[in-house]
Amino acid sequence: MSNAISALQGAVYQGYVEVREMGLVGMITLRGDLSSAKMKKAVKEACGVDLPGQREIAVSGDKGAAWMSPDELLLMVPYEGVADALAVVEKALSGEHFLAVNVSDARAVFQLKGKAAREIIAKLCPVDMTPGAFEPGMIRRTRMAQIAAAFWMQDADTIRVVCFRSVAEYAFNLLKDAAEPGGETGLFA
Amino acid sequence: MLILECPYCGVKGEETEFAGGGEAHLKRFGPESSDDDFHAYLFKRENPKGVHLERWRHTNGCGKWFHAARNTVTLEVYGTYSAQTTEPPKDIKDKISAKVPGWSWREFS
Repeated sequence: MSNAISALQGAVYQGYVEVREMGLVGMITLRGDLSSAKMKKAVKEACGVDLPGQREIAVSGDKGAAWMSPDELLLMVPYEGVADALAVVEKALSGEHFLAVNVSDARAVFQLKGKAAREIIAKLCPVDMTPGAFEPGMIRRTRMAQIAAAFWMQDADTIRVVCFRSVAEYAFNLLKDAAEPGGETGLFA
Repeated sequence: MLILECPYCGVKGEETEFAGGGEAHLKRFGPESSDDDFHAYLFKRENPKGVHLERWRHTNGCGKWFHAARNTVTLEVYGTYSAQTTEPPKDIKDKISAKVPGWSWREFS
């Protein structure tokens, strides 16, 4: 079998915020009844976190679960662990109406690292990034310039962005452009 | 610029995060219906100056369809509500009545 590679193979841009493509990240789209006990169990067993509430994300190490819509979650696991996680989910949810699909190779993940990481998102998305309005533990699906994207904060200085793989280069160029030295706004400094 | 609140994910976002889906609460007429009904269903749309009920989709967010009651003149949004209904809920109607007494839109008022 051929070697799996991510869209931009870990490209890095060092601006006033560091933009990095995260390489291969295992991702599973899980749809079903989020209020069911089996769903809670499936998320716990596959990702080791509690089922996130509305617009929340639960991260634990290199695993996590994000609330995408009232009937959809995005599970994140190491790339090599996707098949195992899928098997765990399918076993835990057997008998329920659900959908679990490996979407790892259909997405690209970026990381913004730096004191001004909030600024980069604020430049590109119609979202209030004021500290207090958006904090770690929250996820927001929105529009980033002309594409759909979702982002969350790993910690106060780190933001991760996920988008479709087909627009990975566009997304990277957007983030790169927004992080170019000289473009500091000091909005949240 | 409209500020809409998605009733499914609770996001309060601006217009570009959403996509308009045309008039709300259309009553569908298909095969077996009269030509007039079918013609009205296909082509006859409200184009009000004032209160309007529309369908919207949270395209760049959770992807769900919902309904919005808004004013085409002031761009005020009276409220958004579930897509799984054939008429605006009472609290939305009350909100419109508070701002536009005596409003009517198709069979609703």
